[in-house]
Amino acid sequence: MKQLAVLSGKGGTGKTTIVASLAVLANQAIVVDCDVDAPDLHLLLEPTVIKTQDFQGSKVAVIDEAECLKCGLCLEKCRFDAIKENIEIDPFACDGCGVCAVVCPQKAIRLTERTAGQAFISKTKYGFMAHALLSPGQANSGKLVTLTRFFARILAEKEKSPLLIIDGPPGIGCPVIASVTGVDYGLIVTEPTMSGIHDLRRALDLLKHFSLPAFVCINKYDINEDNAQKIESFCRVNGLEFVGKIPFDPVVTEAMLEGKPVVEFAPESPVAREIKNMWERLRIHLGLRDRNAEDENHHPLQR
Amino acid sequence: MIVSVSSGKGGTGKTLVAVNLALSLKNESLQFLDCDVEEPNAHLFLRPEINHIEAVYNLVPAIDENLCNRCGKCAQFCQYNAIFVTPQKILIFPELCHSCGGCALVCPQKAIAEEQYRIGSVKVGSVRNLELVYGELKVGKPLPVPVIKEVKKKIKKDRIVILDSPPGTSCPVIETVRGSDFCILVTEPTPFGLHDLKITVQILEKLAIPFGVIVNRADIGNEEVKEFCHQKSIPILLEIPYLRKIAELYSKAIPFIQEMPEWKEKFKALFEKVKGLSKG
Repeated sequence: MKQLAVLSGKGGTGKTTIVASLAVLANQAIVVDCDVDAPDLHLLLEPTVIKTQDFQGSKVAVIDEAECLKCGLCLEKCRFDAIKENIEIDPFACDGCGVCAVVCPQKAIRLTERTAGQAFISKTKYGFMAHALLSPGQANSGKLVTLTRFFARILAEKEKSPLLIIDGPPGIGCPVIASVTGVDYGLIVTEPTMSGIHDLRRALDLLKHFSLPAFVCINKYDINEDNAQKIESFCRVNGLEFVGKIPFDPVVTEAMLEGKPVVEFAPESPVAREIKNMWERLRIHLGLRDRNAEDENHHPLQR
Repeated sequence: MIVSVSSGKGGTGKTLVAVNLALSLKNESLQFLDCDVEEPNAHLFLRPEINHIEAVYNLVPAIDENLCNRCGKCAQFCQYNAIFVTPQKILIFPELCHSCGGCALVCPQKAIAEEQYRIGSVKVGSVRNLELVYGELKVGKPLPVPVIKEVKKKIKKDRIVILDSPPGTSCPVIETVRGSDFCILVTEPTPFGLHDLKITVQILEKLAIPFGVIVNRADIGNEEVKEFCHQKSIPILLEIPYLRKIAELYSKAIPFIQEMPEWKEKFKALFEKVKGLSKG
Protein backbone atom coordinates (compact mmCIF):
# COMPACT_ATOMS: atom_id res chain seq x y z
CA MET A 1 0.00 0.00 0.00
CA LYS A 2 1.20 3.51 -0.87
CA GLN A 3 0.53 6.49 1.40
CA LEU A 4 0.28 9.97 -0.13
CA ALA A 5 0.10 12.98 2.20
CA VAL A 6 -1.32 16.21 0.78
CA LEU A 7 0.23 19.28 2.42
CA SER A 8 0.59 22.97 1.74
CA GLY A 9 2.35 24.87 4.49
CA LYS A 10 0.04 27.82 3.90
CA GLY A 11 -3.62 27.28 4.74
CA GLY A 12 -6.45 27.59 2.26
CA THR A 13 -4.53 26.66 -0.88
CA GLY A 14 -7.00 23.91 -1.79
CA LYS A 15 -5.78 20.71 -0.13
CA THR A 16 -9.26 19.48 0.79
CA THR A 17 -10.76 20.37 -2.60
CA ILE A 18 -8.02 18.33 -4.28
CA VAL A 19 -8.13 15.41 -1.86
CA ALA A 20 -11.91 15.06 -2.30
CA SER A 21 -11.47 14.87 -6.07
CA LEU A 22 -8.56 12.44 -5.78
CA ALA A 23 -10.79 10.26 -3.60
CA VAL A 24 -13.33 10.11 -6.45
CA LEU A 25 -10.69 9.44 -9.10
CA ALA A 26 -8.71 6.86 -7.12
CA ASN A 27 -11.96 4.96 -6.54
CA GLN A 28 -11.96 3.00 -3.28
CA ALA A 29 -8.77 4.43 -1.84
CA ILE A 30 -8.73 4.96 1.91
CA VAL A 31 -9.01 8.67 2.69
CA VAL A 32 -7.83 10.23 5.95
CA ASP A 33 -8.60 13.76 7.15
CA CYS A 34 -5.66 14.66 9.38
CA ASP A 35 -6.64 18.32 9.78
CA VAL A 36 -8.20 17.31 13.08
CA ASP A 37 -8.72 20.80 14.51
CA ALA A 38 -10.44 22.24 11.44
CA PRO A 39 -11.58 19.21 9.43
CA ASP A 40 -13.60 19.95 6.31
CA LEU A 41 -13.25 16.90 4.05
CA HIS A 42 -16.43 15.34 5.46
CA LEU A 43 -18.37 18.30 4.04
CA LEU A 44 -17.52 17.07 0.54
CA LEU A 45 -17.50 13.28 0.97
CA GLU A 46 -20.62 12.88 3.14
CA PRO A 47 -19.37 10.03 5.28
CA THR A 48 -21.64 7.71 7.26
CA VAL A 49 -19.91 7.04 10.57
CA ILE A 50 -19.62 3.35 11.39
CA LYS A 51 -17.30 3.52 14.39
CA THR A 52 -16.48 6.28 16.88
CA GLN A 53 -13.75 6.28 19.48
CA ASP A 54 -13.12 8.86 22.18
CA PHE A 55 -9.67 10.35 22.13
CA GLN A 56 -7.78 10.80 25.37
CA GLY A 57 -5.65 13.87 24.89
CA SER A 58 -3.12 15.28 27.28
CA LYS A 59 -3.98 14.81 30.94
CA VAL A 60 -5.07 17.66 33.15
CA ALA A 61 -4.20 18.40 36.79
CA VAL A 62 -6.97 18.49 39.37
CA ILE A 63 -6.53 19.94 42.87
CA ASP A 64 -8.27 18.44 45.86
CA GLU A 65 -9.45 21.64 47.59
CA ALA A 66 -9.84 19.87 50.94
CA GLU A 67 -6.17 18.86 51.02
CA CYS A 68 -4.61 21.97 49.45
CA LEU A 69 -2.82 24.34 51.86
CA LYS A 70 -2.26 26.98 49.15
CA CYS A 71 1.49 26.78 49.74
CA GLY A 72 2.07 27.84 46.14
CA LEU A 73 4.83 25.36 45.32
CA CYS A 74 2.87 24.12 42.30
CA LEU A 75 2.49 27.68 41.07
CA GLU A 76 6.21 28.21 41.39
CA LYS A 77 7.20 25.03 39.52
CA CYS A 78 4.59 25.06 36.74
CA ARG A 79 6.22 26.20 33.51
CA PHE A 80 2.96 26.53 31.59
CA ASP A 81 1.40 29.33 33.70
CA ALA A 82 -1.45 26.92 34.30
CA ILE A 83 -1.85 27.61 38.00
CA LYS A 84 -3.50 30.88 38.88
CA GLU A 85 -2.56 33.04 41.90
CA ASN A 86 -5.50 31.63 43.87
CA ILE A 87 -4.15 28.08 43.22
CA GLU A 88 -6.68 27.05 40.63
CA ILE A 89 -5.85 25.13 37.45
CA ASP A 90 -6.37 26.82 34.09
CA PRO A 91 -7.30 23.77 31.99
CA PHE A 92 -6.54 25.61 28.72
CA ALA A 93 -2.97 26.27 29.81
CA CYS A 94 -2.37 22.94 31.59
CA ASP A 95 -0.09 20.68 29.54
CA GLY A 96 -0.68 17.63 31.74
CA CYS A 97 3.01 17.26 32.57
CA GLY A 98 2.47 16.25 36.21
CA VAL A 99 5.12 18.47 37.81
CA CYS A 100 2.57 20.06 40.17
CA ALA A 101 1.48 16.63 41.40
CA VAL A 102 5.09 15.65 42.11
CA VAL A 103 6.00 18.80 44.05
CA CYS A 104 2.78 19.08 46.10
CA PRO A 105 3.74 18.27 49.71
CA GLN A 106 0.10 17.47 50.49
CA LYS A 107 -0.34 15.09 47.54
CA ALA A 108 -3.43 17.14 46.80
CA ILE A 109 -2.96 17.18 43.00
CA ARG A 110 -3.49 14.34 40.59
CA LEU A 111 -3.55 14.01 36.83
CA THR A 112 -6.80 12.96 35.24
CA GLU A 113 -7.61 11.82 31.74
CA ARG A 114 -9.54 14.19 29.55
CA THR A 115 -11.50 13.37 26.45
CA ALA A 116 -10.13 15.76 23.88
CA GLY A 117 -11.96 14.66 20.78
CA GLN A 118 -13.15 11.73 18.75
CA ALA A 119 -11.85 9.62 15.89
CA PHE A 120 -14.18 8.07 13.33
CA ILE A 121 -14.23 5.32 10.77
CA SER A 122 -16.76 6.06 8.06
CA LYS A 123 -18.00 4.87 4.74
CA THR A 124 -18.42 7.16 1.77
CA LYS A 125 -19.56 6.28 -1.71
CA TYR A 126 -15.93 6.59 -2.84
CA GLY A 127 -14.50 4.23 -0.22
CA PHE A 128 -13.70 4.18 3.47
CA MET A 129 -12.60 7.25 5.36
CA ALA A 130 -10.91 7.86 8.71
CA HIS A 131 -11.37 11.26 10.29
CA ALA A 132 -11.50 13.00 13.65
CA LEU A 133 -12.57 16.05 15.53
CA LEU A 134 -10.44 17.64 18.22
CA SER A 135 -12.49 19.34 20.93
CA PRO A 136 -12.20 23.11 20.53
CA GLY A 137 -8.96 24.44 21.98
CA GLN A 138 -7.47 21.11 23.00
CA ALA A 139 -3.80 20.32 22.65
CA ASN A 140 -2.24 17.18 21.29
CA SER A 141 -3.61 17.29 17.79
CA GLY A 142 -0.56 15.27 16.70
CA LYS A 143 -1.58 12.38 18.90
CA LEU A 144 -5.11 12.45 17.45
CA VAL A 145 -3.63 12.45 13.93
CA THR A 146 -1.67 9.33 14.87
CA LEU A 147 -4.81 7.62 16.20
CA THR A 148 -6.75 8.54 13.04
CA ARG A 149 -3.97 7.21 10.82
CA PHE A 150 -3.92 4.00 12.86
CA PHE A 151 -7.63 3.55 12.03
CA ALA A 152 -6.86 4.22 8.39
CA ARG A 153 -4.11 1.62 8.27
CA ILE A 154 -6.40 -1.03 9.74
CA LEU A 155 -8.99 -0.14 7.08
CA ALA A 156 -6.43 -0.26 4.31
CA GLU A 157 -5.19 -3.68 5.37
CA LYS A 158 -8.70 -5.05 5.66
CA GLU A 159 -9.75 -3.64 2.30
CA LYS A 160 -6.41 -4.51 0.69
CA SER A 161 -6.43 -0.97 -0.61
CA PRO A 162 -3.43 0.00 -2.72
CA LEU A 163 -3.63 3.71 -1.79
CA LEU A 164 -4.16 5.80 1.30
CA ILE A 165 -4.63 9.56 0.78
CA ILE A 166 -4.02 11.92 3.67
CA ASP A 167 -5.54 15.41 3.80
CA GLY A 168 -2.96 17.18 5.94
CA PRO A 169 -3.26 20.22 8.19
CA PRO A 170 -1.63 23.54 7.29
CA GLY A 171 1.69 24.52 8.84
CA ILE A 172 4.76 22.43 9.57
CA GLY A 173 4.29 21.69 13.29
CA CYS A 174 3.25 18.66 15.31
CA PRO A 175 0.04 17.57 13.51
CA VAL A 176 1.81 17.95 10.14
CA ILE A 177 4.78 15.91 11.31
CA ALA A 178 2.35 13.27 12.64
CA SER A 179 0.64 13.31 9.22
CA VAL A 180 3.80 12.66 7.20
CA THR A 181 5.62 10.19 9.46
CA GLY A 182 5.89 6.93 7.55
CA VAL A 183 4.19 8.07 4.33
CA ASP A 184 5.66 7.30 0.91
CA TYR A 185 5.08 10.62 -0.85
CA GLY A 186 4.07 14.20 -0.15
CA LEU A 187 1.97 16.26 -2.55
CA ILE A 188 2.24 19.96 -1.86
CA VAL A 189 -0.61 22.17 -3.04
CA THR A 190 0.64 25.72 -3.41
CA GLU A 191 -0.68 28.96 -4.89
CA PRO A 192 1.19 31.52 -7.02
CA THR A 193 1.48 34.11 -4.27
CA MET A 194 4.57 35.29 -2.40
CA SER A 195 3.09 33.72 0.76
CA GLY A 196 2.40 30.48 -1.08
CA ILE A 197 5.97 30.32 -2.40
CA HIS A 198 7.47 31.13 1.01
CA ASP A 199 5.41 28.41 2.67
CA LEU A 200 6.01 25.92 -0.15
CA ARG A 201 9.72 26.12 0.57
CA ARG A 202 9.24 25.38 4.24
CA ALA A 203 6.88 22.49 3.47
CA LEU A 204 9.45 21.10 1.01
CA ASP A 205 12.17 21.45 3.66
CA LEU A 206 9.96 19.45 6.00
CA LEU A 207 9.55 16.63 3.47
CA LYS A 208 13.30 16.70 2.85
CA HIS A 209 13.93 16.54 6.60
CA PHE A 210 12.00 13.26 6.63
CA SER A 211 13.58 12.11 3.31
CA LEU A 212 10.23 12.00 1.53
CA PRO A 213 9.81 12.47 -2.22
CA ALA A 214 7.66 15.50 -3.09
CA PHE A 215 5.15 16.24 -5.81
CA VAL A 216 4.07 19.84 -6.34
CA CYS A 217 0.94 21.33 -7.87
CA ILE A 218 -0.23 24.93 -8.17
CA ASN A 219 -3.81 25.83 -7.47
CA LYS A 220 -5.35 29.03 -8.93
CA TYR A 221 -2.22 29.31 -11.08
CA ASP A 222 -3.71 32.07 -13.26
CA ILE A 223 -3.99 34.53 -10.34
CA ASN A 224 -0.34 35.31 -11.06
CA GLU A 225 1.16 33.49 -14.03
CA ASP A 226 4.64 34.94 -13.46
CA ASN A 227 4.78 33.45 -10.00
CA ALA A 228 3.36 30.17 -11.33
CA GLN A 229 6.18 30.09 -13.88
CA LYS A 230 8.72 30.68 -11.13
CA ILE A 231 7.35 27.80 -9.08
CA GLU A 232 7.48 25.48 -12.09
CA SER A 233 11.07 26.32 -12.88
CA PHE A 234 11.98 26.12 -9.20
CA CYS A 235 10.63 22.56 -9.25
CA ARG A 236 12.54 21.73 -12.42
CA VAL A 237 15.84 23.08 -11.05
CA ASN A 238 15.41 21.22 -7.79
CA GLY A 239 14.38 17.92 -9.33
CA LEU A 240 10.86 18.03 -7.90
CA GLU A 241 8.01 16.30 -9.71
CA PHE A 242 5.62 19.00 -10.93
CA VAL A 243 2.25 17.32 -11.43
CA GLY A 244 -0.24 19.99 -12.37
CA LYS A 245 -1.56 23.51 -12.43
CA ILE A 246 -5.19 24.17 -11.75
CA PRO A 247 -6.93 27.37 -12.83
CA PHE A 248 -9.00 29.64 -10.61
CA ASP A 249 -12.68 28.92 -11.16
CA PRO A 250 -15.77 29.83 -9.10
CA VAL A 251 -17.06 26.33 -9.89
CA VAL A 252 -14.89 25.09 -7.01
CA THR A 253 -16.94 27.18 -4.56
CA GLU A 254 -20.18 26.10 -6.25
CA ALA A 255 -19.20 22.45 -5.77
CA MET A 256 -18.39 23.16 -2.13
CA LEU A 257 -21.80 24.76 -1.62
CA GLU A 258 -23.36 21.61 -3.05
CA GLY A 259 -21.15 19.47 -0.80
CA LYS A 260 -19.63 17.63 -3.75
CA PRO A 261 -16.10 16.97 -5.02
CA VAL A 262 -15.54 19.26 -8.00
CA VAL A 263 -14.67 16.40 -10.42
CA GLU A 264 -18.10 14.97 -9.72
CA PHE A 265 -20.01 18.28 -9.62
CA ALA A 266 -18.57 19.67 -12.85
CA PRO A 267 -16.66 16.84 -14.56
CA GLU A 268 -16.15 18.78 -17.79
CA SER A 269 -14.90 22.01 -16.18
CA PRO A 270 -11.29 23.02 -16.82
CA VAL A 271 -10.59 22.57 -13.09
CA ALA A 272 -11.89 19.00 -13.11
CA ARG A 273 -9.97 18.20 -16.30
CA GLU A 274 -6.73 19.48 -14.77
CA ILE A 275 -7.26 17.49 -11.57
CA LYS A 276 -7.88 14.38 -13.68
CA ASN A 277 -4.66 14.97 -15.60
CA MET A 278 -2.84 15.43 -12.34
CA TRP A 279 -4.28 12.20 -10.96
CA GLU A 280 -3.12 10.32 -14.07
CA ARG A 281 0.44 11.60 -13.51
CA LEU A 282 0.31 10.72 -9.81
CA ARG A 283 -1.19 7.30 -10.53
CA ILE A 284 1.63 6.44 -12.90
CA HIS A 285 4.29 7.76 -10.48
CA LEU A 286 2.79 5.69 -7.70
CA GLY A 287 2.60 2.61 -9.92
CA LEU A 288 -1.14 2.12 -9.41
CA ARG A 289 -3.54 0.46 -11.78
CA ASP A 290 -6.46 2.40 -13.22
CA ARG A 291 -9.30 1.13 -11.08
CA ASN A 292 -11.96 3.05 -12.97
CA ALA A 293 -11.07 1.31 -16.23
CA GLU A 294 -11.16 -2.06 -14.46
CA ASP A 295 -14.56 -1.30 -13.02
CA GLU A 296 -16.04 -0.76 -16.43
CA ASN A 297 -14.91 -4.23 -17.47
CA HIS A 298 -15.92 -5.97 -14.28
CA HIS A 299 -18.55 -5.04 -11.76
CA PRO A 300 -18.56 -1.48 -10.49
CA LEU A 301 -17.72 -1.11 -6.82
CA GLN A 302 -19.50 2.21 -6.57
CA ARG A 303 -22.99 2.15 -5.21
CA MET B 1 -4.58 47.33 23.44
CA ILE B 2 -4.03 43.85 22.04
CA VAL B 3 -6.05 42.80 18.99
CA SER B 4 -5.59 39.32 17.55
CA VAL B 5 -6.63 38.29 14.05
CA SER B 6 -7.53 34.63 13.82
CA SER B 7 -9.56 32.03 11.89
CA GLY B 8 -10.28 28.33 12.04
CA LYS B 9 -9.83 27.65 8.35
CA GLY B 10 -6.54 28.56 6.76
CA GLY B 11 -6.21 30.98 3.87
CA THR B 12 -9.26 33.08 4.73
CA GLY B 13 -7.26 36.32 4.85
CA LYS B 14 -5.87 36.76 8.37
CA THR B 15 -2.60 38.24 7.18
CA LEU B 16 -4.41 40.31 4.55
CA VAL B 17 -6.61 41.90 7.22
CA ALA B 18 -3.91 42.29 9.87
CA VAL B 19 -1.42 43.93 7.49
CA ASN B 20 -3.90 46.31 5.87
CA LEU B 21 -5.35 47.26 9.26
CA ALA B 22 -1.88 48.00 10.62
CA LEU B 23 -0.89 50.11 7.63
CA SER B 24 -4.13 52.10 7.80
CA LEU B 25 -3.34 53.29 11.33
CA LYS B 26 -0.58 55.68 10.36
CA ASN B 27 -0.85 57.98 13.35
CA GLU B 28 -0.55 55.33 15.99
CA SER B 29 2.48 53.71 17.53
CA LEU B 30 2.03 50.12 16.49
CA GLN B 31 3.43 46.72 17.13
CA PHE B 32 2.73 43.84 14.78
CA LEU B 33 3.38 40.31 16.03
CA ASP B 34 3.23 37.47 13.52
CA CYS B 35 2.41 34.47 15.72
CA ASP B 36 2.07 32.03 12.80
CA VAL B 37 5.55 30.74 13.53
CA GLU B 38 5.11 27.67 11.32
CA GLU B 39 4.42 29.75 8.22
CA PRO B 40 5.02 33.45 8.95
CA ASN B 41 4.08 35.68 6.01
CA ALA B 42 3.44 39.19 7.31
CA HIS B 43 7.08 40.23 6.80
CA LEU B 44 6.67 39.58 3.07
CA PHE B 45 4.07 42.38 2.97
CA LEU B 46 5.58 44.76 5.52
CA ARG B 47 9.17 44.41 4.28
CA PRO B 48 10.78 45.61 7.50
CA GLU B 49 14.43 46.17 8.16
CA ILE B 50 15.36 43.38 10.59
CA ASN B 51 17.52 44.76 13.37
CA HIS B 52 17.47 42.00 15.93
CA ILE B 53 17.42 38.18 15.80
CA GLU B 54 17.44 35.86 18.76
CA ALA B 55 17.36 32.10 19.10
CA VAL B 56 14.52 30.30 20.87
CA TYR B 57 15.46 27.32 22.96
CA ASN B 58 13.59 24.60 24.76
CA LEU B 59 15.13 23.11 27.87
CA VAL B 60 15.66 19.38 27.43
CA PRO B 61 17.18 16.79 29.75
CA ALA B 62 20.90 16.14 29.75
CA ILE B 63 21.76 13.00 31.69
CA ASP B 64 24.99 12.44 33.56
CA GLU B 65 25.61 8.81 32.62
CA ASN B 66 27.96 8.35 35.60
CA LEU B 67 25.31 9.28 38.14
CA CYS B 68 22.38 7.58 36.41
CA ASN B 69 21.52 4.10 37.69
CA ARG B 70 18.90 3.39 34.99
CA CYS B 71 16.04 3.33 37.49
CA GLY B 72 13.70 4.61 34.80
CA LYS B 73 11.74 7.01 37.02
CA CYS B 74 12.25 9.86 34.54
CA ALA B 75 10.83 7.83 31.65
CA GLN B 76 7.92 6.73 33.82
CA PHE B 77 7.16 10.34 34.73
CA CYS B 78 7.50 11.84 31.25
CA GLN B 79 4.04 12.33 29.70
CA TYR B 80 5.53 13.04 26.27
CA ASN B 81 7.55 9.84 25.77
CA ALA B 82 10.68 11.92 25.36
CA ILE B 83 12.85 9.61 27.49
CA PHE B 84 13.40 5.92 26.96
CA VAL B 85 15.50 3.91 29.43
CA THR B 86 16.88 0.42 28.90
CA PRO B 87 19.34 -1.37 31.19
CA GLN B 88 22.12 -0.43 28.77
CA LYS B 89 21.12 2.90 27.40
CA ILE B 90 19.08 6.06 27.82
CA LEU B 91 17.56 7.63 24.76
CA ILE B 92 16.38 11.24 24.76
CA PHE B 93 14.05 12.53 22.05
CA PRO B 94 14.50 16.30 22.45
CA GLU B 95 11.92 17.15 19.79
CA LEU B 96 9.21 15.46 21.88
CA CYS B 97 10.19 17.22 25.13
CA HIS B 98 7.81 19.91 26.41
CA SER B 99 10.38 21.33 28.86
CA CYS B 100 8.29 20.79 31.97
CA GLY B 101 11.42 20.01 34.02
CA GLY B 102 9.74 17.05 35.73
CA CYS B 103 12.40 14.45 34.89
CA ALA B 104 15.06 16.45 36.72
CA LEU B 105 12.73 16.83 39.70
CA VAL B 106 11.95 13.12 40.03
CA CYS B 107 15.48 11.77 39.44
CA PRO B 108 16.59 10.29 42.79
CA GLN B 109 20.24 10.41 41.67
CA LYS B 110 20.15 14.07 40.65
CA ALA B 111 21.62 12.88 37.38
CA ILE B 112 19.52 15.13 35.14
CA ALA B 113 20.39 18.68 34.26
CA GLU B 114 18.67 20.72 31.56
CA GLU B 115 20.33 22.00 28.44
CA GLN B 116 19.22 24.32 25.67
CA TYR B 117 17.86 22.88 22.45
CA ARG B 118 17.21 25.24 19.60
CA ILE B 119 13.73 25.13 18.13
CA GLY B 120 13.41 28.43 16.33
CA SER B 121 14.11 32.12 16.29
CA VAL B 122 12.46 35.46 16.87
CA LYS B 123 13.12 38.40 14.54
CA VAL B 124 12.43 42.04 15.26
CA GLY B 125 12.32 44.73 12.63
CA SER B 126 10.75 48.06 11.96
CA VAL B 127 9.14 50.00 9.19
CA ARG B 128 7.98 53.59 9.80
CA ASN B 129 5.65 53.74 12.82
CA LEU B 130 5.48 50.00 13.13
CA GLU B 131 7.58 47.43 14.92
CA LEU B 132 7.32 43.91 13.52
CA VAL B 133 8.12 40.85 15.62
CA TYR B 134 7.87 37.39 14.12
CA GLY B 135 8.85 33.90 15.06
CA GLU B 136 10.13 31.07 12.93
CA LEU B 137 9.83 27.47 14.04
CA LYS B 138 12.81 25.45 12.84
CA VAL B 139 11.72 23.00 10.14
CA GLY B 140 11.28 19.50 11.61
CA LYS B 141 10.58 20.72 15.15
CA PRO B 142 7.02 19.93 16.20
CA LEU B 143 6.37 22.49 18.95
CA PRO B 144 5.38 26.00 17.88
CA VAL B 145 3.99 27.13 21.26
CA PRO B 146 7.31 28.00 22.95
CA VAL B 147 8.23 30.14 19.92
CA ILE B 148 4.85 31.91 20.08
CA LYS B 149 5.45 32.58 23.78
CA GLU B 150 8.80 34.21 22.99
CA VAL B 151 7.18 36.38 20.32
CA LYS B 152 4.50 37.46 22.79
CA LYS B 153 7.11 38.35 25.42
CA LYS B 154 7.98 41.29 23.14
CA ILE B 155 4.55 42.86 23.61
CA LYS B 156 4.74 46.51 24.63
CA LYS B 157 1.55 47.14 26.52
CA ASP B 158 1.42 50.88 25.90
CA ARG B 159 1.13 50.35 22.16
CA ILE B 160 -1.55 49.10 19.85
CA VAL B 161 -0.56 45.49 19.31
CA ILE B 162 -1.87 43.47 16.37
CA LEU B 163 -1.36 39.70 16.54
CA ASP B 164 -1.54 37.65 13.34
CA SER B 165 -2.58 34.15 14.44
CA PRO B 166 -1.92 30.74 12.89
CA PRO B 167 -4.95 28.90 11.47
CA GLY B 168 -6.73 26.09 13.30
CA THR B 169 -8.38 25.69 16.68
CA SER B 170 -5.62 23.97 18.63
CA CYS B 171 -2.90 25.01 21.06
CA PRO B 172 -0.97 27.47 18.82
CA VAL B 173 -4.18 29.46 18.31
CA ILE B 174 -5.03 29.44 22.03
CA GLU B 175 -1.52 30.60 22.88
CA THR B 176 -1.82 33.46 20.39
CA VAL B 177 -5.24 34.79 21.33
CA ARG B 178 -4.91 34.41 25.13
CA GLY B 179 -4.73 37.82 26.76
CA SER B 180 -6.19 39.67 23.76
CA ASP B 181 -8.59 42.54 24.38
CA PHE B 182 -10.38 41.68 21.16
CA CYS B 183 -10.20 39.01 18.47
CA ILE B 184 -11.09 39.59 14.82
CA LEU B 185 -12.17 36.35 13.13
CA VAL B 186 -11.68 36.31 9.39
CA THR B 187 -13.83 33.84 7.51
CA GLU B 188 -15.22 33.21 4.05
CA PRO B 189 -18.91 32.60 3.31
CA THR B 190 -18.53 28.92 2.39
CA PRO B 191 -19.36 25.66 4.19
CA PHE B 192 -15.65 25.24 5.09
CA GLY B 193 -15.45 28.78 6.42
CA LEU B 194 -18.62 28.42 8.48
CA HIS B 195 -17.71 25.01 9.87
CA ASP B 196 -14.33 26.21 11.16
CA LEU B 197 -15.73 29.56 12.34
CA LYS B 198 -18.19 27.75 14.60
CA ILE B 199 -15.36 25.85 16.32
CA THR B 200 -13.33 29.04 16.83
CA VAL B 201 -16.34 30.87 18.28
CA GLN B 202 -16.66 28.15 20.93
CA ILE B 203 -13.04 28.72 21.96
CA LEU B 204 -13.35 32.48 22.23
CA GLU B 205 -16.52 32.13 24.28
CA LYS B 206 -14.69 29.81 26.69
CA LEU B 207 -11.74 32.20 26.90
CA ALA B 208 -14.15 35.14 27.40
CA ILE B 209 -12.47 37.23 24.69
CA PRO B 210 -14.79 39.65 22.86
CA PHE B 211 -14.79 39.07 19.12
CA GLY B 212 -16.31 40.02 15.80
CA VAL B 213 -16.22 38.64 12.27
CA ILE B 214 -14.83 39.88 8.97
CA VAL B 215 -16.28 38.15 5.94
CA ASN B 216 -13.64 38.01 3.23
CA ARG B 217 -14.56 37.28 -0.41
CA ALA B 218 -18.01 38.16 0.89
CA ASP B 219 -19.79 37.56 -2.41
CA ILE B 220 -18.49 34.11 -3.37
CA GLY B 221 -20.60 31.70 -1.34
CA ASN B 222 -23.89 31.78 0.49
CA GLU B 223 -25.57 33.68 3.33
CA GLU B 224 -25.05 31.09 6.05
CA VAL B 225 -22.08 32.74 7.73
CA LYS B 226 -24.05 35.97 8.07
CA GLU B 227 -27.11 34.11 9.31
CA PHE B 228 -24.99 32.35 11.91
CA CYS B 229 -23.54 35.68 13.07
CA HIS B 230 -26.99 37.31 13.32
CA GLN B 231 -28.36 34.35 15.22
CA LYS B 232 -25.47 34.43 17.72
CA SER B 233 -25.42 38.28 17.84
CA ILE B 234 -21.82 38.31 16.62
CA PRO B 235 -20.97 41.68 15.08
CA ILE B 236 -19.93 41.61 11.43
CA LEU B 237 -17.17 44.20 11.42
CA LEU B 238 -16.39 44.38 7.72
CA GLU B 239 -17.08 42.67 4.43
CA ILE B 240 -14.39 42.47 1.79
CA PRO B 241 -15.64 41.47 -1.67
CA TYR B 242 -13.81 39.06 -3.95
CA LEU B 243 -11.91 41.31 -6.31
CA ARG B 244 -9.38 40.03 -8.77
CA LYS B 245 -7.30 43.14 -8.06
CA ILE B 246 -7.06 42.28 -4.34
CA ALA B 247 -6.06 38.70 -5.18
CA GLU B 248 -3.41 39.87 -7.64
CA LEU B 249 -1.95 42.42 -5.23
CA TYR B 250 -1.92 39.76 -2.53
CA SER B 251 -0.05 37.41 -4.85
CA LYS B 252 2.68 40.04 -5.21
CA ALA B 253 2.73 40.65 -1.44
CA ILE B 254 1.50 44.23 -1.89
CA PRO B 255 -0.90 45.44 0.84
CA PHE B 256 -4.00 46.37 -1.17
CA ILE B 257 -4.64 49.68 0.65
CA GLN B 258 -1.53 51.01 -1.07
CA GLU B 259 -3.20 50.70 -4.48
CA MET B 260 -6.78 51.08 -3.27
CA PRO B 261 -6.49 53.94 -0.76
CA GLU B 262 -10.28 54.22 -0.36
CA TRP B 263 -9.98 51.14 1.88
CA LYS B 264 -7.86 52.98 4.46
CA GLU B 265 -10.95 54.70 5.85
CA LYS B 266 -12.75 51.38 6.07
CA PHE B 267 -9.92 49.87 8.07
CA LYS B 268 -9.80 52.93 10.33
CA ALA B 269 -13.53 52.60 10.92
CA LEU B 270 -12.99 48.91 11.62
CA PHE B 271 -10.45 49.82 14.26
CA GLU B 272 -12.85 52.27 15.90
CA LYS B 273 -15.48 49.53 16.06
CA VAL B 274 -12.94 47.15 17.60
CA LYS B 275 -12.00 49.76 20.22
CA GLY B 276 -15.65 50.19 21.13
CA LEU B 277 -16.25 46.47 21.50
CA SER B 278 -13.02 45.50 23.25
CA LYS B 279 -12.29 44.85 26.89
CA GLY B 280 -9.54 47.43 27.34
